[in-house]
Amino acid sequence: MAHHARTPIRLARLVLLALTLVLAPATLTAPTPAAAQAAQEEVATILAGFTRGQFPATLAAIDALAASGHPHAAEILTALSDRRLVVEAAGRRVLWKDAGGAYYDALTGAPVAAPGATTDVRVSNAVRRAVQTAMASLTLRAPSPATRIEAAAAILRARDLSQRDALAAARAEETDPNVQRAFDDTLAGLAIADTGAAEADRLAAIARLAERGDASARALLLGLPADAPEALREAASAAIAAIDRRLAMQAHVQNIFFGLSLGSVLLLAAIGLAITFGVMGVINMAHGEMVMIGAYATFVVQELMRTFAPGLLDLSLLVALPLAFLSAGLVGVALERLVIRHLYGRPLETLLATWGVSLILQQAVRSLFGPTNREVMNPSFMSGSLELFGIALTWSRVWIIVFALAVFLALLVAMKATSFGLRMRAVVQNRRMAASMGIRTPWIDALTFGLGSGIAGVAGVALSQIDNVSPNLGQSYIIDSFLVVVFGGVGSLWGAFVAALSLGVANKLVEPLAGAVLAKIVILVAVILFIQKRPRGLFALEGRAVES
Amino acid sequence: MTRKPILFRLMAPHIAPAVLALVAAAALVPIANLVFPADHPLHVPTGTVVLLGKWLTYALLAVALDLVWGYCGILSLGHGAFFALGGYAMGMHLMREIGPRGVYGHPVLPDFMVFLSFEELPIAWWGFDVFAWAAFMALFVPGLLAFVFGWLAFRSRVTGVYLSIITQAGTYALMLAFFRNELGFGGNNGLTDFKDVLGFSLQADGTRAALFALSALALAGGLLLAQAIVTSKLGLVLVAIRDAEARTRFLGYRVERFKLFVFTLSAMMAGLAGALYVPQVGIINPSEFSPANSIEAVVWVAVGGRGTLSGAALGAVLVNWAKSFLTGAYPEAWLFVLGFLFVAVTLFLPKGILGALRSVRLGRRARAAQATSAQPAEVRG
Amino acid sequence: MTTILEKPRDAAPRTTDALLYLDAVGVSFDGFKALDNLSLVIEPGEMRAVIGPNGAGKTTMMDVITGKTRPDTGTVLLGGVHDLTRLDEAAIAQLGIGRKFQKPTVFEMVSVEENLVLALAGRRGVRATLFHRRSAEEARRIAEILEIVKLEDRRPEPAGALSHGQKQWLEIGMLLAQDPSLLLVDEPVAGMTDAETEMTADLLRRINVDHTVVVVEHDMSFVRALGVKVSVLHEGSVLAEGSLDQVSADPRVIEVYLGR
Repeated sequence: MAHHARTPIRLARLVLLALTLVLAPATLTAPTPAAAQAAQEEVATILAGFTRGQFPATLAAIDALAASGHPHAAEILTALSDRRLVVEAAGRRVLWKDAGGAYYDALTGAPVAAPGATTDVRVSNAVRRAVQTAMASLTLRAPSPATRIEAAAAILRARDLSQRDALAAARAEETDPNVQRAFDDTLAGLAIADTGAAEADRLAAIARLAERGDASARALLLGLPADAPEALREAASAAIAAIDRRLAMQAHVQNIFFGLSLGSVLLLAAIGLAITFGVMGVINMAHGEMVMIGAYATFVVQELMRTFAPGLLDLSLLVALPLAFLSAGLVGVALERLVIRHLYGRPLETLLATWGVSLILQQAVRSLFGPTNREVMNPSFMSGSLELFGIALTWSRVWIIVFALAVFLALLVAMKATSFGLRMRAVVQNRRMAASMGIRTPWIDALTFGLGSGIAGVAGVALSQIDNVSPNLGQSYIIDSFLVVVFGGVGSLWGAFVAALSLGVANKLVEPLAGAVLAKIVILVAVILFIQKRPRGLFALEGRAVES
Repeated sequence: MTRKPILFRLMAPHIAPAVLALVAAAALVPIANLVFPADHPLHVPTGTVVLLGKWLTYALLAVALDLVWGYCGILSLGHGAFFALGGYAMGMHLMREIGPRGVYGHPVLPDFMVFLSFEELPIAWWGFDVFAWAAFMALFVPGLLAFVFGWLAFRSRVTGVYLSIITQAGTYALMLAFFRNELGFGGNNGLTDFKDVLGFSLQADGTRAALFALSALALAGGLLLAQAIVTSKLGLVLVAIRDAEARTRFLGYRVERFKLFVFTLSAMMAGLAGALYVPQVGIINPSEFSPANSIEAVVWVAVGGRGTLSGAALGAVLVNWAKSFLTGAYPEAWLFVLGFLFVAVTLFLPKGILGALRSVRLGRRARAAQATSAQPAEVRG
Repeated sequence: MTTILEKPRDAAPRTTDALLYLDAVGVSFDGFKALDNLSLVIEPGEMRAVIGPNGAGKTTMMDVITGKTRPDTGTVLLGGVHDLTRLDEAAIAQLGIGRKFQKPTVFEMVSVEENLVLALAGRRGVRATLFHRRSAEEARRIAEILEIVKLEDRRPEPAGALSHGQKQWLEIGMLLAQDPSLLLVDEPVAGMTDAETEMTADLLRRINVDHTVVVVEHDMSFVRALGVKVSVLHEGSVLAEGSLDQVSADPRVIEVYLGR
């Protein structure tokens, strides 16, 4: 049996391992001065193994050191494999050199003056291998769970059977459930590759990998030797098929998640338009520029906070939200009062005039901030990713989805449950009646437009996190936004919601088949065709209200 | 209005002078450029000829747009796409004309195809070595696209801003498509490095003057054709559709067919304009499909006066003159000016320059008519 | 223009001699029943007044007949052969149904004369209109109609410059020019002075000499002046039919109009 070839080393290891197990409680509890004394003596004994100039002693010392829990074990072992471990000729102290050439005492870790004559601890390939595996088992007991998991994964990748016992021992002590799972997976992976193990064990390992079900489990199952017994091979291929199904499923779920996040971006961009265009019927081609203003507001807030309150930088998005809403909203109110008001009932003219406004706003921002992209940093809570059922969801995407939903809900509440919302709907449904009931309709118009624009500004805060903040930012969203609103059905907030999310998901589901650009074209054409089939969109209002 | 003979109808006050001026320009500008020496006061430099020629093709695009927007109420935000398709058709011919003189010296494949390691000529390029085929396609492809699009859109009664938005989305989709190398139309860089057309070098003054003259004549022809249409009974139906589409249906007119006719025709005119544009500027690339280009063409029409045809042409030339002046002198100011034009024209000059002039004149005539009808009564009294 | 009694190739066998035949027509918008089992028969040459309170379904009925609204259920036949539920507005107009809207809708930007040119019976195709030349007959017809609707001296002016009553007449004139077999007239005297109302009643009676007419009206004195058979619509179906005196004596009609 293959692994018996290295029996002597294994035996030595086992002994040392047993030693470690005995000593482990000492290293785990807070060391009393007496215990620290004992540990130091033990390490001194181990280190003595490096001074003999014989490979077996060195190898034994490596394993013992790894198991000792000595705080400098990693540095010593690395130094050894890099030929930076030396023995002082005079005092027989073991020292290591760092890359800069400074010396440290291996026993205490304290820097020492340059010694006189030294001899290098001799290194062979066997020593290097031993260092490698020792390092792995060293990290199996590292304080950080993430490091321990990574160590197990490294063993699994290398299919290093020699580490199995160390791993099993570490598993027995392990308390963190995530690390336990990782260790179990690795043990199963090793069992599969171990032709010497009992068939029942290997079957159990296959079952375990099948349950783990990710790409590396699949690779391990594929690694089952071709001459393995029939039952094993069948179990493995069944498990691989199951994993393939699961992976396909995961890819699907991941695509849907990407789609939802794209849909949320679309929703954010379009939701303000669902008010100005959907509710008021105003074609605001400068809508995208409201988003851009929100993004630049975020940039300005962040720059100011970087200068005046660098400690609170992570909160800059929170500060930017109301400011973006206000700045875009005010521009919106001004636009309504100065231009759009004069063009009610002339949608095509409104379209042209607001396009002109969009050019002016773009050029104004270009003149103020320059034509290049501005850097808006991601706060710490938006970096990294969330691991869920084997799918990595980046936090920025998760937050965008959450944020889009929050904005949508806030808008629904504002429309349905506030007196402003009530008056707004009254004006939309019957302007003359609303006016005769004392509602100042011009103000409601201006405020409604301001609300839609302000929400676009809020969207800009979110989009600054995933897109380049440049004067052209708005341009890239305007067509999509209009399509979302028209596709959903003008006048229907829920329509915009469903349209945005379904367009996002559809886009991401087509993408793997056709590529990103083609997917976008396909979706554009599909929406154009859909609008021709149902000009009033998904959630069309019907009946007399539409005719007038 | 009575239905007068066609020649009479074409002599309308705004069309006849424009057509005459264009025909005169077609003859005189080349003479001024080619015959008079450079230091002569009447000499027109070649750069100016090319610039004017380019503006005239824009003017033809504007007339095409005015035909659908000014007379039928279809605000197309995708006419730039028809222009660009016509341009690509001509550009493909000019690429084929380069023949083996390209950098890679391939006998058939244009340089970019060799560079992208195309094995053979894509089917879409077949026949473009023949000028007549390219000229036909410059009209046919935009016309076909307009027909298919219009067939779908007008039958399902997509109107107003909805139509505008989907035309814009359509040209945007085309732009994305043409940016792709795989489509086989040069991707990002488009088609360029043309050498000659019908054997005449595109760099030669004579060719450039001839292209200018052709553009002027094409614009004159476009104006006459559009005028013939809008003064026919069909033109009356178009205006009726613009003002009260449902009512027109109840009179028994199949609105979608009229729209389809005028939209397709207009697209073909835009295609012709694009085909004349490309040899003069020497390049065509996907940015011609950008929605901003199409909407800029709309502002030409709005500035000049929609529903006036010659006003649209005038607007195209004026706005582009301002553009070339400003982008040279004050590059930052151009977008401000263009944006302001959009706003100011819609707010203060909804009928455009020519429309405003016309209503001033009509107002004066109406006052004069009132005065004369009041006068005899007084005399009699 | 196709004549109504000409049988289309794919037509069902003729089941009725009526010019217009509505049977069990139902239309609902978002659950609201605008028409509910409406049945109405108009004989050739007849003039019929349709009255009813607001929301009775009068305008929806017109929309169904002219193809603007497609009914959910029921039969609508013209001349016993043409299934109007399968045709669009233009096809129905070309079959010979003319409609005057409640709010006068004329083409405001074009002249009074051009409004009539547009309405004038003739081929409606793209090619036909593109190469159309006005015949002497057409010119005579336009002059005649201008005289009937008393707009001769406004001939070159844009229709938008006309007064409200004049627009109503221009629209009636356009109906005459269209020369339909069946005229649907929606509230022709709304907003008219008494003198104009009387003239309009006169005009409709003259038109009725060789056209079938359906008038939807609110104004009872106008309906009385017309002196024709009346159908009372209520909640999307016909409540009563007969002379004005008969229906106004009907207790159900009184209840609908006056309430309990």
